[in-house]
Amino acid sequence: MLPAWVTLLIAMLYLALLFAIAWWGDRRAEQGRSIVGNAYGYALSLAVYCTAWTFYGSVGRAASEGIGFLPIFVGPTLMMPLSWLILRKMIRISKRYRITSIADFVASRYGKSATLGGIITIIAVLGGIPYIALQLKAISYSFLIITGTTDTGGQTAFYVAFTLALFAILFGTRHLNPLERHEGMVAAITFESIVKLLTFLLVGGFVTYGMFDGYADIFTRAEGIPALENLFRFEPAAYSDLMWMTILSGLVVVLLPRQFHMAVVENVSEAHISKAMWLFPLYLLLINLFVLPIALGGRIYFGNTQAADGFVLALPIAADQSFISVLTFLGGLSAATGMVIVATITLSTMVSNDLIVPTLLRLRKLDIGDRMVVPRFLLLIRRTAIIGIIALGYGYFKLVPTSYTLVNLGLISFAAIAQFAPAVFGGLFWKQATKLGAMSGVLAGSCIWGVTLLIPSLAESGWVSNSVITDGYFGLTWLRPYALFGQTDYSSLSHSLFWSFLFNIVAFVGVSLFTKQSFEEQKQAFAFVDVFKQKQALPGVAWKGQARAEDLENLLKRFLGRRRSTELLTRFHQQVKLALGTNHSSELAELVQFTETQLSAVIGSASARVMVASVVKEGPLAIEELMHMLDETRQVIQYSRELEEKSRALELASAELRKANDQLKELDKMKDDFVSTVTHELRTPLTSIRALTEIILLNEGLPVEQRKEFLQLIIRESERLTRLINDVLDMEKTESDSVEWLISEFEVMPVIEEATRSLQALAAQKKVGILLVPPEFPIMLQADRDRLIQVLVNLLSNALKFSDDTGSSIYVSVRKEEGNVLFCIRDEGVGISEEEQKLIFEKFHQVAHTQKGRPTGSGLGLAICQRIVAAHQGRIWVESVLGKGATFCFTLPIESALPLRNNDLADPNSTLPLATVFNRKKHSSLHKTPNPASS
Amino acid sequence: MNHQILIVEDEPSIVITLEFLLKQKGFTPQIARDGIEAMTFLENHQPDLVILDVMLPGKNGYEICQSIRHETRLDRTKVLLLTAKGRVADVEKGKAVGADAYLTKPFAIQSLMDQVDQLLAN
Repeated sequence: MLPAWVTLLIAMLYLALLFAIAWWGDRRAEQGRSIVGNAYGYALSLAVYCTAWTFYGSVGRAASEGIGFLPIFVGPTLMMPLSWLILRKMIRISKRYRITSIADFVASRYGKSATLGGIITIIAVLGGIPYIALQLKAISYSFLIITGTTDTGGQTAFYVAFTLALFAILFGTRHLNPLERHEGMVAAITFESIVKLLTFLLVGGFVTYGMFDGYADIFTRAEGIPALENLFRFEPAAYSDLMWMTILSGLVVVLLPRQFHMAVVENVSEAHISKAMWLFPLYLLLINLFVLPIALGGRIYFGNTQAADGFVLALPIAADQSFISVLTFLGGLSAATGMVIVATITLSTMVSNDLIVPTLLRLRKLDIGDRMVVPRFLLLIRRTAIIGIIALGYGYFKLVPTSYTLVNLGLISFAAIAQFAPAVFGGLFWKQATKLGAMSGVLAGSCIWGVTLLIPSLAESGWVSNSVITDGYFGLTWLRPYALFGQTDYSSLSHSLFWSFLFNIVAFVGVSLFTKQSFEEQKQAFAFVDVFKQKQALPGVAWKGQARAEDLENLLKRFLGRRRSTELLTRFHQQVKLALGTNHSSELAELVQFTETQLSAVIGSASARVMVASVVKEGPLAIEELMHMLDETRQVIQYSRELEEKSRALELASAELRKANDQLKELDKMKDDFVSTVTHELRTPLTSIRALTEIILLNEGLPVEQRKEFLQLIIRESERLTRLINDVLDMEKTESDSVEWLISEFEVMPVIEEATRSLQALAAQKKVGILLVPPEFPIMLQADRDRLIQVLVNLLSNALKFSDDTGSSIYVSVRKEEGNVLFCIRDEGVGISEEEQKLIFEKFHQVAHTQKGRPTGSGLGLAICQRIVAAHQGRIWVESVLGKGATFCFTLPIESALPLRNNDLADPNSTLPLATVFNRKKHSSLHKTPNPASS
Repeated sequence: MNHQILIVEDEPSIVITLEFLLKQKGFTPQIARDGIEAMTFLENHQPDLVILDVMLPGKNGYEICQSIRHETRLDRTKVLLLTAKGRVADVEKGKAVGADAYLTKPFAIQSLMDQVDQLLAN
């Protein structure tokens, strides 16, 4: 236990530290060296979500409902991954149109409606005040626990509330800031986020490992206590509660005014979202790590003698750890003050911009001719609002002696804020959503919320007759607040959320579908929903009237002050000159838009609209003109998309052309090589023929023997020429589609013998033996007989060519193999290297290689063989080890894939018209349709 | 005449033809049937003329010609490139590697003998 004055001193010193940090943060920001303008600062500032409610209330809820405390953190965790879709869009919109609060956001979306902004503000304040009260209650409560005193009339809470109001005024309303960013405040909040996390981890660790013997110990002991049994059991009804609370907290983590402010308004870079997406959930995970051990530990330690909300602090005090107790107290203080500071600043902005200024404008109290110094007046409004809000919170805390736990109070606030969800998220993605729709939805939802949550909570606190709960409103049982329309399956919260969301969404969608958008609404809907498609802000005013630059500049000066507006205007003129040159009329249009945007930040978009309209003579724009305007933008987008597509198609086409061109070049080169090698092969025998003929002609006295030898040489070289020409022609033939395959069925062995016979003489001359290895049984084959002989002769003569050694042999074998006939011709020659094996069946490579000194031949032989075999759907390959001979093998299917033709019979197609014959041939050779006759 | 001539050629019929023609003129030509044989011969001899085919197994005519030109010992050796490659670019390449003359197959006997006489006369 600490003396009260020491505790108060510590609290005040801590708050003084906050002031110092905030002051430092502002200084750094002014110097352009922001300390919080990074992703970590951003993620930590989002943790303002964790209030005293988290710090004390989670344990309270866990001690009464087991894991029921978790959804409040699961919701945001599930929401964060969606933030790239939702939050980023909200940030982009808000930055572009200088939106400074959730109320302004909604108002702006629905045609800059002051009424809607006002409604949102009122609900936000109504939802926010109990929440602020709750923080003050937590502070007061923790003070009581740590000092051990009894009720002191909320003195601490009063001092703290007063100090916080001072802080909010100092760092939230130092001057009118068109960006509405408060770096010093963010710095302080970031610091508080760190403090509350560390202290909670500290006290959690102490309770779990210092007072108990770790997780397992606490859980085992808790299981043994009958009173705690319900914490480990899970009622079926709890599932719906978990679900609703997850949804609820997921929604409010973006919609709560303070969260909107931290996540959207204080955001400096959209890129920070991606890091916050996992950092913030990590923070939530860490701060919940010890909730259950503390809750169970408290129940084990205190039984029911101590309220669970205070376990966090009561446990270290009971263990007599004053250091840890003080730190924990400060952690709770951080959590509470962080929330109060941000909430009051944001609420005061909303009250000023969306409630008071529009009302004053409507009452014509803010006329342009007025002498009042507007900036100072606006600040005065905000400061008053801050004091008012904190006073209301304090009053609520003092006057509502609530029997509700902290968590329940918080949840009622949450449920109110969640009513913005359809209007906000619907408005982000659904262009047809109208102002009336949004208004109806928010109002319907809020009414249900009031009827099913707010009034019953008042009734339970004794402010309203309790008969409302038991008998229903006006004594109607179907209007009982916890069993609306007789629905009794849910707990009060789930019940309220179910009905309020149902009415809210139905009203929002239904009314939107049946109402028409005004001009301004359509423009804003377009500006919001399509924000990523637009490169810049849509014109603030659909401006087609007259304005005087002087009037607009005066307007700015009135609201922003002379110094700041001069600064802004100077920068504006520089930028406009760069962009527009000397186009006077569009410069004026830009100025109109600029003025409205800047004013939006300080008095809200709705009021800014009214103010600008008051100095600009606008012709009312017809809806057709608006549509035309939007259409033009849309068309431009459409054109650019089409252009992109076309350029992509062109790129693709040019890539294809390039590829085709490369292929053609390659083909051309191959053709060149072919022609060059063929001519070379032609010139070589011609050289001998020509020279020898000349010799014989010129030397009449040549001995007969020699003359004979020369003449024989001439004959041989002529034969070589003929062979070459035949090969080239064959090659040409097998390459074209017009080859006619004469498929017949025959026995294999006689064909091999025939082929061998034609080479027998040459073999005998080289003294090389050709050995046939016949199959066990005769093999029948369907193929083009003459072509098969050609293949065999080619392979055999190749083998002969390479069989240099006298006495070596060539083996020809044939056998059946899985529906194929396998032919192998093995020689004992020099063999073929592995690189060459890959190339020898390719026509051009083949030729290029053979000319390097192989014996005679065009080198086209193997290429021809390959084509013939392939046409029969067979395969040809070579196996060889250099120096150890080569084996050429090929397979042919026993049943030909090509149509069978009986040579003895007339062509069955011959009676058909010529074109048909041609087509059928072409068809059959191309697609190789199996012939039914052959099967 | 004691001029030494080396024929480098892999086509047997052309070898026979060239050998006959040169012998008829009174020379005793040496024969190499591929690039390697030619290089081995050139290591130990300094022929006055090399009749050099381009497309050879082992080492092609251009390469052999270049080797000859890089060898100071073979400064006096004339090279007559004999090839079935008849394109302008091939002739250019022959000149580039330092051949003294270039003859495209098939050739007239007279032009061959004129070239031989001319090269040996210098």
